Amino acid sequence: MPILLFKRTRALVAQIDEFLDTVGQAALLFERGVADYVAGRQDHFETHYKAIDDAEHRADELRRNIEKQLYRHSLIPEARGDVLGLLETTDDVVNQAKHTLGMFLVERPALLPGMDADWTALGATAARTAEAVVLATRAFFRDPYTVNDHLHKVYFYEKEGDRQAMALKRRIFDTDAELARKMHLRYFVLNVDRISDASEEVADRLAIYTIKRTV
Amino acid sequence: MLVLFFLSSGLFLGWSLGANDAANVFGTAVGSRMIRFATAALICSVFVVLGAVAGGAGAAGTLGQLGAIDAMGGAFMVAFAAAVTITVMTKLGLPVSTSQAVVGAIIGWNFFSGVLTDTASLTKIVATWIICPFLAGAFAALFYVLTRRIVRRLRPHLLWDDMSTRWALIAVGAFGSYSLGANNIGNVMGVFVPVAPFPGLDLPFGLAFSGAQQLFLLGGLAIALGVFTYSRHVMGTVGGNLFKLTPQMALVVVLAQSVVLYLFASQELEHALLSVGLPALPLVPVSSSQAVIGAVVGLGLLKGGHGIRYRVLVDIAAGWVTTPIIACFLAFVGLFVLQNVFSVPVNRPHDFTLSPQVIERVGRLGLPVDGLAELSGGQFTTQLSLNRSLKSGTALDAKQRERVVRAAEVDRYLVSAERVAQDVKPGWFEPAQVAAVKDLVGREYSHSWQLLEALEAATPAWRLLPEAPRNRLDNDRLKKQRRQLLIALRTEPGATPAAE
Repeated sequence: MPILLFKRTRALVAQIDEFLDTVGQAALLFERGVADYVAGRQDHFETHYKAIDDAEHRADELRRNIEKQLYRHSLIPEARGDVLGLLETTDDVVNQAKHTLGMFLVERPALLPGMDADWTALGATAARTAEAVVLATRAFFRDPYTVNDHLHKVYFYEKEGDRQAMALKRRIFDTDAELARKMHLRYFVLNVDRISDASEEVADRLAIYTIKRTV
Repeated sequence: MLVLFFLSSGLFLGWSLGANDAANVFGTAVGSRMIRFATAALICSVFVVLGAVAGGAGAAGTLGQLGAIDAMGGAFMVAFAAAVTITVMTKLGLPVSTSQAVVGAIIGWNFFSGVLTDTASLTKIVATWIICPFLAGAFAALFYVLTRRIVRRLRPHLLWDDMSTRWALIAVGAFGSYSLGANNIGNVMGVFVPVAPFPGLDLPFGLAFSGAQQLFLLGGLAIALGVFTYSRHVMGTVGGNLFKLTPQMALVVVLAQSVVLYLFASQELEHALLSVGLPALPLVPVSSSQAVIGAVVGLGLLKGGHGIRYRVLVDIAAGWVTTPIIACFLAFVGLFVLQNVFSVPVNRPHDFTLSPQVIERVGRLGLPVDGLAELSGGQFTTQLSLNRSLKSGTALDAKQRERVVRAAEVDRYLVSAERVAQDVKPGWFEPAQVAAVKDLVGREYSHSWQLLEALEAATPAWRLLPEAPRNRLDNDRLKKQRRQLLIALRTEPGATPAAE
């Protein structure tokens, strides 16, 4: 019995770690995907899209399995609700990353010249926000007293992402391009920035859950 | 059958203890779904019975000193009065403790039977009630600080933390159940010990199963029945409503409560402390509920004292007074009804005489004998009546009067070959002790001290060592053997000999 419980706990810890690894990888794939699209490397972009699609499926699978195990064996009864909420909102980050890259794949927005660096920077900032929130979530499970060390980075990158998104939108609308194209591009700016917003939502939950765990 | 009827009130007390107090041990764990009820109930039952049988003698012995009830009818009514008090007070929503109800009921029997209440034991018991919640609070605060330090240092994963907390809750729950059984079995069966109707049994490998242990086993089983049949609901209430504690805090609370109960029950610990020259805590049945509340308040104070309902503390203190008084009154009335309406004997008739031999014995004990000769013609049938006469006729103080009363108690002890062969066995007594008893076959004594003096003269194996902390263990064992022998050789079986 104790060996069984030990094995079960070890397997579940490994699954949570793998889930967070997958979210972190998805953030990196997203960053690469945006950079490839901006640089016009269509083959690479599609490869990264395929990888992020796989990551999203794997993250969903892991999340469902973890949730099932937590319920089936009545694990962490006090923190179960918090952990389930945390896993679901963290999964939203991957979903958003896949969704945004999918939009690039389907809608193929025509980027305006001279703004490549802005798009790449916006994608990178979104990825940094997601990476920081993955570190904070990992800390919540392993060492809740250090969660705040990561959370402040999440908030910093999210704010930076908002600033970059605003600057890029202004540059887009300052051009003489057709309004329809400008609005199409604005839509993409918003979607790239949504990854930071999704990460911020995870961070907000973490801040509360951490207080509950460390009181 | 009649014995079982008389024991029923004690068994009911045991059932109620199992139904209510098991929740103090496993309530938070079960209520928060950290442990399943079936697991908790099984562990609790097994360890309660173990604690009762293996470690119940210490705390039960203190109750025996407070009032050695010497008739089954009396023991039945004492346990019944305590049970009724608990039921009524619980219905009224007042905090109640089994220990306090039982003590009150015993004092009620003492009043009714004209037996002197041992003030030293009573003081010891009441002081323990007051100390118990404070001690639990201090332990809880200490354990919480230690647990936090360990957790911060080890930094376990949330799931490892959860798993280790579950195992710790099971381990601490088992310890808590053992402590509960050892400490509280005195409440359930303590009053029946002096009138234990079961003869001692010899088990294989030189082990002995005394009559008291058989009673404790029965009481332990009654507690276990209470756990299985009724504690589920109470556990849910405790775990879900009363304490909003994290599993770790629950662990600390249960551990603090268990340690306190163990401290006030463990003869082994008492022996260990005494053997290294440290003072030992008195072995007294205490309230597990009050220990839990003390522990929770201790944690609350550690966190700044916000949200503590101080009213609860006032209610507890009020319970220290009201519960024993109600139980005492009910026991007194119940004993009167049982004796006069149902003609059931609730105590054994006693005789006290201040014969020249007794006065000589009093002199040998180093007590002043002035005025005793004048009382030698009087007939005394209760301890209280003799005590009153001693108070008015001599200059003896209360403690001295208690010793004279014990010396004056008349009993009949016959050292018959049959009794010696049946009850004085090497498993319970040392060979030298058995040999000394056999040498006295055919003799008869009218005071317990006469028999004991004869045995002391025959061999040092029957002699008490000088009063000193290092000798307390040996003397405790010897006193039990002397008591056992007196029960075996008294011509009126089932009655209680004068306490030493």
